[in-house]
This record gives sequence, C-alpha cells and structure tokens, in this order.
Amino acid sequence: MHLAYPAVLSALLFCVGLYGVLARRNAILVLMSVELMLNAVNLNLVAFDVWLSRTARDTLHSGQALTLFTIAVAAAEIGIGLAIVLAVYRNRGTSDIDRLRDTAEGPDGPDGEHPDTPAAEKAEATA
Amino acid sequence: MSPVPAVSLAAAPHGFLSPTGVEIAFLLVGLVTFGAALVTVTTRQLVHAALWLVVALGGLAVEYLLLTAEFIAWVQVLIYVGSVVVLLLFGLMLTKAPIGRSPDADSGNRWAALAVAVAAAGALVWVVVDAFRATWIDLDGPAAGTTAVTGQSLFRHWVLPFEALSVLLLAALVGAIVLSRKAKADAEPNTGPTSDPNAGPVTATAPAATRTTPTATPGAPTATATTPAAPPGDQEGAR
Amino acid sequence: MTTTTLAVLVPLLPFLGAVAGLLLGRTAPGFVRPLAVLPPLAALVLAALVAARQGGGTVIEAHTELTPTGSVPVELALDIDGFAALVAVLVAFVATCVQIYSTGYLRDDPRYPSYAALVSLFTSAMLLVVYSGDLVVLLVGWEVMGICSYFLVGHYWETPEARAASLKAFLVTKLGDVPFLIGLFALGTDAGSFRVTRVLGTVASGGLDHPTVIALLLLAGVAGKSAQFPLHTWLPDAMAGPTPVSALIHAATMVAAGVYFVARLLPVFEASGAAMVVLAVMAAVTMAGSALAALAQDDIKRVLAYSTIGQLGYMTGALAVGDRGAAVFHLLSHGAFKALLFLAAGVVIHAAGTNSLAAMSRMRGLRDRVSDAYWTMTVALLALAAIPPFSGFFSKESVLGAAEHALDGRAPHVPGAAGWIVLVAGLATALLTAAYATRLWLLAFRGKGAEAPDHGRQPLTMTVVLWVLAVPSLAFGGFAYRSLPGWFDGHALTPTLLTSILGTGLAAVGGLLTYGAWQRTSPLAARSPLGAVAAHPEGDAGLVEAEAIATHTPAYGDIAGAPDPADPGRLLLGRLHRHAAAGFHLDALYAALFVRPVQAAAGLVRFLDREVVDTYVSAAAALPRLLGAAVRRAQTGNVQTYVSALLAGTVVLAVAVVLVATGA
Repeated sequence: MHLAYPAVLSALLFCVGLYGVLARRNAILVLMSVELMLNAVNLNLVAFDVWLSRTARDTLHSGQALTLFTIAVAAAEIGIGLAIVLAVYRNRGTSDIDRLRDTAEGPDGPDGEHPDTPAAEKAEATA
Repeated sequence: MSPVPAVSLAAAPHGFLSPTGVEIAFLLVGLVTFGAALVTVTTRQLVHAALWLVVALGGLAVEYLLLTAEFIAWVQVLIYVGSVVVLLLFGLMLTKAPIGRSPDADSGNRWAALAVAVAAAGALVWVVVDAFRATWIDLDGPAAGTTAVTGQSLFRHWVLPFEALSVLLLAALVGAIVLSRKAKADAEPNTGPTSDPNAGPVTATAPAATRTTPTATPGAPTATATTPAAPPGDQEGAR
Repeated sequence: MTTTTLAVLVPLLPFLGAVAGLLLGRTAPGFVRPLAVLPPLAALVLAALVAARQGGGTVIEAHTELTPTGSVPVELALDIDGFAALVAVLVAFVATCVQIYSTGYLRDDPRYPSYAALVSLFTSAMLLVVYSGDLVVLLVGWEVMGICSYFLVGHYWETPEARAASLKAFLVTKLGDVPFLIGLFALGTDAGSFRVTRVLGTVASGGLDHPTVIALLLLAGVAGKSAQFPLHTWLPDAMAGPTPVSALIHAATMVAAGVYFVARLLPVFEASGAAMVVLAVMAAVTMAGSALAALAQDDIKRVLAYSTIGQLGYMTGALAVGDRGAAVFHLLSHGAFKALLFLAAGVVIHAAGTNSLAAMSRMRGLRDRVSDAYWTMTVALLALAAIPPFSGFFSKESVLGAAEHALDGRAPHVPGAAGWIVLVAGLATALLTAAYATRLWLLAFRGKGAEAPDHGRQPLTMTVVLWVLAVPSLAFGGFAYRSLPGWFDGHALTPTLLTSILGTGLAAVGGLLTYGAWQRTSPLAARSPLGAVAAHPEGDAGLVEAEAIATHTPAYGDIAGAPDPADPGRLLLGRLHRHAAAGFHLDALYAALFVRPVQAAAGLVRFLDREVVDTYVSAAAALPRLLGAAVRRAQTGNVQTYVSALLAGTVVLAVAVVLVATGA
C-alpha cells in the first residue's frame, strides 16, 4: 500500500480537527476536534510504524507504542478537559469559548472585567 | 528527505493507477472517515457531532486493521468509541447543551479558521505527497501489529514509559476529581471511595488502565455536577 | 580665658541662644525670655571685655583651617582690630536693648519665641561678620542676616504690606549680593586667599589686578545691604516689620554691615579712584535724596527709615574721602541714637494708636502720655540733627571734616572731586536733616486738637531701655572723639572750626525754617480733620503697630504720604512734596524697568512652556497611547483568535522552512 494514502488522510483529518478547534464555539466540541487531531497523528504513527518495521527492520515498534501512549494521554486529557469545562460552566454559566474573555483589554484600562462580570453574576445567581 | 529517492527506487513498480484491493478498501473507508470528521466539525446539532465522531473514530479503527495493527484498532474502539465519546456526551448533557439545531454552534472566527485550516491542509498535503509519493508499505508477511508483537515490544522495550504513563493517568484522575467537585463539598465522604477502586488497577495492565480510567472520570463530574441542581442532602439519591 | 576664646564666644552665644530658643519655644515657654535676653547680654559683656583687652592696640588674629577647600583656602579666622572690637560692642549693646524692649513690646505675641530666636540668630550673624577675618565666613554671616531680615520684616505676615516688604528686602539685597559674591571671588583669586589680612597685604603691594571691577562689584553688595542709592528702596518698606526689628536691623546692625565691610577693605577701594568717585556720588545722591524724602513722609517710622539711609550716606561719604575712622565713628553714634529713635517711635505709636504724623499732629498732650519717649526722643533728634554737644554732632563733624580735608587732594588715594561732592551734599543734608527732625518733633509732640487717647502705661522694659540708650546719644560723641583715633587709624576726629560753624549753622537754619513753616500751617490742622482709630487699644504695642501699618493705606490713601495741608514739609518742599513722598518714584521706575519686563518674559516663557514645549511632550505621550490603543484592539480575549493567528504564523513558517530546505 502506498504510504501516501494514510499520510494524506492523516493530514486531512488533522486539518479538519484544526478547523474545528478554531471555529467551534462550544468547548466540548473543541475537545472533540482535538480528539480528531490526536487521531490523525495516531494514524500517521501506525502507518509509519508498519512501513518502518518492514523496510528498516525496526523491531522496537515505537510507533505503535507511542500510539498506545497517545491514546492513554488523550483519555487523561479528555477527563481533565471535561472537568475544566464543567468547572467553567458552573462558574460562568456557559461553556462558549468566545464568551470567556477575561484577558480582554477593556476600552479604558488594562482591567477588562466588564465583558464577563454580568455572566459571572448570572452564574452566581443560578447557582 | 534524503532517504526518499532510495526507497522510491525500491518501490518503483507500484503505481497509483493500479491500486490493490487493500488500497481500494483503505480509500473508501478513508473517504467515509474524512466525511464523518467534516460533519463532526460543521454540524449544528451538538449531539450529532458526537455521534459522527463515533463514525470517524470507528473508521480510523478500520484503517488500523487494514494497516495490520489489530491491537491498536481494538484499543481504539474500546477507548475512543467506548468511553471518550460517552464521556463527551456526558459533558454535553451536563453543560445543558441544546438538543437540536443551534444556530450559533460556530463562532465568528470560522472564516479565519477555514482559511488557516485550508492553508495548513494545502501545505501538509503538498509536503507529504511530495515526500512520500513513491513510498510503498509491504503489508504481506507476518502482521506488524498483532497483540503478541505489540505486547512483546511494549513489555520488553517500553516498560518504564508505560509505568510512568500509569502515574500520569493517576494524576489526571485526581486532578479531574479536584477540579470538578465544588469548593464547599470538601467534607463530602463519597468522592474518596469512588476514586480509590479505580486508582488501584491503573498500575496493573495497560488495557485495564486505559479502559477503566476514562470510565472512572465521568464518575466525578456526575457526582459533583448534580450538586448545583440538588441540595447537598439529595446527592445520594441523585447518584 | 584667652581673648581668642572670649572672641569666639561672642558670636557663638547668641547662636546657641537662637537654637535653644527655637527648640524650646513651644515646649518650655518659661525659658524663652531668659534665652532671648541673656545670650546677647553675655555677648555684650564678652565683647566689652574683648574690646578692653584689644584696646586699639595690636590686632587679635587667630585662624584654623577646618577642611581643605581647594585652590583658595577658606579658613575660620578671627581678625579683631579696633573697628571690629567697637562695632561688636555696639551690635551687642543694641541687640540687648532690643531684646529687652521686645519682651514688653511683643508680650502677647504668639510668635514671640521664634521672633526672639531669629533676633538672636541675626545678632550672631552680625557679630560673625564683624569678627570674621575670612571673607567667605563673613559672607556666611552676611547671607544669614539677609534671610533673618526676611523673616523678621515679615513678622506681621498677616498683612500684605509686611509680606511684600519682606520679599522686597530679600530680593533687593540679593540683587546686590550676586555681584558681591562675584567680587569676593575675584578678590580671593587675585589675592590667592580669602583672609582679610592677606587681601590687604596684596593690595598694599599692588598685587590687585582689577581693582576697579572688584571694587564696583563689591560696592553693589554694599549698596544693597547698607541701603544706598539705587538699592535703598527696600529699607522704607521694611518698616512694615515690628519696631524693635527696625531698630535692630535697619538702624544699627544689618545696614551697618555694608559700611563696616567697606571700612574693613577700604584699601581695596582706594586702589581705584573711579570706585571712590562712584562711592562719593552714591553717598551724595543717597544723602540728599533721602533727606528730601524724609521731609515728606507721614509714617513716623518711614521718616526714620529715610533718615537712616541719609546717615548711612554720611558714612559712605566718609569712606569715599578715605577716612574710615570718621565713618565708623558716625556708625557707632548713629547706631545708638537711631536705635533710640526707633524704640521711642514704637512707644509713641503704641500711645497714639497710629503711625501717622498727620494724625498725631491733631492730638493734644501726647508728650505727657509718653514723657519718657518725649525726652529721650528729643535727645535723639538733637543728636540726629547734629546739634552740639550731642553725639551726632561730633561724628557728623568728623565726616564733614574729613571731606574738607580731602578737598585739595591732601588725603592720599582720594580724588579731590570726591571731597567736593561729599562736602556739598553733606552740608545740604545737614540742613534737611535738621528740618525733618524738627518737623517730626513738632508734629508728634506739639499737636493741637482732641486729647490723645489713653492706651495705658508702657511696660517698664520698654521705657528703661530708652533712657539706657539716651546716655550714649547724649554723651558718646563728646567723650569719645579724643580717644577713638587711638582705636582707629589715628586720624584726628576733632571737629574743625569751619565745618562746625557751617554745619551747625545750616542745621539751625533748617530747624528755624521748619518751625516757621509749622507756625503758618498748624492752624490749618483744625480745618481738615484727619485721624485713625486703634482697633485694639488694650493690645500690646506690637498688635497696635501691626494694625496701624495695615490701616495706613486705606485711611490716608498711601503707605508713605497723607493729604495733610497742615504739614510744614508740604510748604517747604512745594511741588517737590508729591515726588518726595513717593521716594522720587524710584519704585515705579523699577517696576517699569525690571518688574514689568520680567513679568512679560515670564508670561512669554509660560506661553512657550504651556503651548509649545508641552505640545511636544503631550504629543510624545499621545502617539504611544494611540499605538497602544490600536494594539489593544487585538487583545480581544477570544482564545480562538489568538490560536488562529498562532497557527497561521506556524503554517507560514513551516512553508517557508520547507521552501528554504528544498532550495526553491
């Protein structure tokens, strides 16, 4: 099998995930997109491992081992990420990324509190 | 890219216009996977996105099988399709994601995102195709990713990173619990016991660890995420 | 104790008294009066001891170098000759009298502790000037006196007159001090030392390179300090201070510093004939002009202030004809009778409740209310008018005699022109002095009209001091003119027959003229009522005076003059009266020449600063602010935007790297 097939597929998947990370508003959808990117990398790792184990007589199987590690790390990441999203949701009442603008520069000074203070107050009220 | 000419000389007989059966299967499944991924990042129904993600990840598992990496394929199905997506669905529900079409699923950044993604795709595909145009994977012979082969390499060459990974998972577990419980629920006795049984097996075996930890992590968010809705006294019933 | 130790203690004791008074003034009010009176008294005793031991003989010299000060060394040096010893006695004597007088005069004043401490500091500075043998140390005392006079003249700082007068005194004297400082440096550079003895040695050996420039520069400082034309204008305005301050600063000590300084360094001035002529012209203009102005003043203290300027003119005149013995002789006798005049005037102002002569001339029986002040002031005015045998006669005749001596160039280093100028001006001033002294006496004590108000007896401390001062005013000149030459240069100070007859005759003419004019004008007083009321007659003398000064302009329309047709000065001066009352418009001239250009320049600078320079500054601030605002817009807080930019940059970089690596 041509190596180009899995490599191109992996590149395309990666870019789709990239688009998702940049374009999605909901934080959980962003996490999904991140999973897509990770999987694209995994596909690359597996494909190259299979290729190298044949052509370069590589018995270490580093690609597959790394894939397993990536999967484990991705699992940990999704757990932590979801916990963070939930904490943010509880605090702010939203998980929309473009509404979390605490670091924004305000119109007057460096303390850009105002864009999110109403949301925070709302969160307090609902909690 | 210096090794490319040498390899391409060896793979010279294989052309793109005469695909093998495996290649055809790979292409078809790849198309499905790519389409599912596209729908995942573009659909306006959030739950559908999760379900299309299942399709995409499942498709990838099939691709792994086609690349003779069967162990990875099953791990993929078990962990991603089995637990990560379930976890994501839980997350969607816990954050009260709207069911049905939501018009504002994409942020205002989408055109910039599209431009960046297309540019990145163009660059990557160009580079990758340019580099590996003539590289051939020989799939005949003994499979490169059977459970036996993977297990041997894993426990012969990769034991130390593997164990370090279990520590990472434990840390992630504890971190998830700490993050997701409420600040006032410090004295709550249930969070400790629920995490303990899962923390034990983490160090046992790789599949067990990777399988159990994701399922354990939703436990913490569910337990604590219900607290805003219900008073502390009703938590036992909610769980 | 050695004489040197005693001499060091003389300036040191009042200084310590001032420091202690400032420190203890608030915490221990009971110590303030002893601390004010005792140090000058002790300094007086010590100065008298030093003078007795020095006795006009060898010069007492002592010096120590505190620290190396570069090319021209500055040393703590004592240099006490006969001049220094006697002037120090005068300073300590007047300071003691003033301190005793002030305890009564300012008995209810809340700021008395700081006042007394400043007077002590002032005395200490003057004694330092007198005793110092090093010009830079002398300059220290000189400048301390300047700042003390600023504070003391502004003692009634609630009134705008006092504030303006204190600022004026400070600025005008500083205006003279700048050239003075440059002159000192030039002198020190030429002589290679700041020690008075070495400077004089250099002069004697002809080693002075620029005598005229140095003498004229020093003269500017002397004119500022000693209130000589054209820098005299601060002195009449400085009468806005309390009367004891006027007596101390503006009669006997601070203004004497300039004369004393010239007397000390007279050889430096004698080295330049031009400087001597300038000095003579300065003295003549000062004498005649101030006497005319004194004749037109309505404020009793301003009369005395102008008379001070005139008497200082006599002293500089004596210096201009090269006789410093006569100058210091007149300084000593003038210090005594002028202090007496001021202090007695303070008593009169307290009793009358006003400082206006016009108002006093409409009061009957003022002399009976203040009989002590009446008799002592009569003595002092006779001394001022140089009537024999009062002390002023002898000292003034010694000045005129010296001028006459210099007429035909008999005195070395002195141009004959200087002698003529001084003699003519001195004789004219003698007439005018007698005239304004008589006018003052007649208006103050020969008033007709309503009974003078009864403001109570003055404290004993105030009246006793008057009699103490009356003794030297009466007798000092007669007893001293024979013995003083032994202390000084050895020039005889005995009055010559010609000048005595001329001077006394002119004084008698001036007095009689004024009396005649007064006889004609005094009936007019009843027709034009004028008068002022003391707002707080029961207050202490200082309060009464402060109110009198503050109300003079609103009551009489002018700080200096009054529209009084009964004033004999008006008849005598004729059309000149209006100009004389305003000090010959010198202040207006200065305002037009200096104040307004400076204000215009300040306005221009202000405009340049606000409108031109600030534009650059604010533009320098506005541009970064604008750029910052533009950059701040990128800081949206949207993480996705940030990551988009980051990844776009990554793609660009990656493509660039690939292109470079493949050689495309």
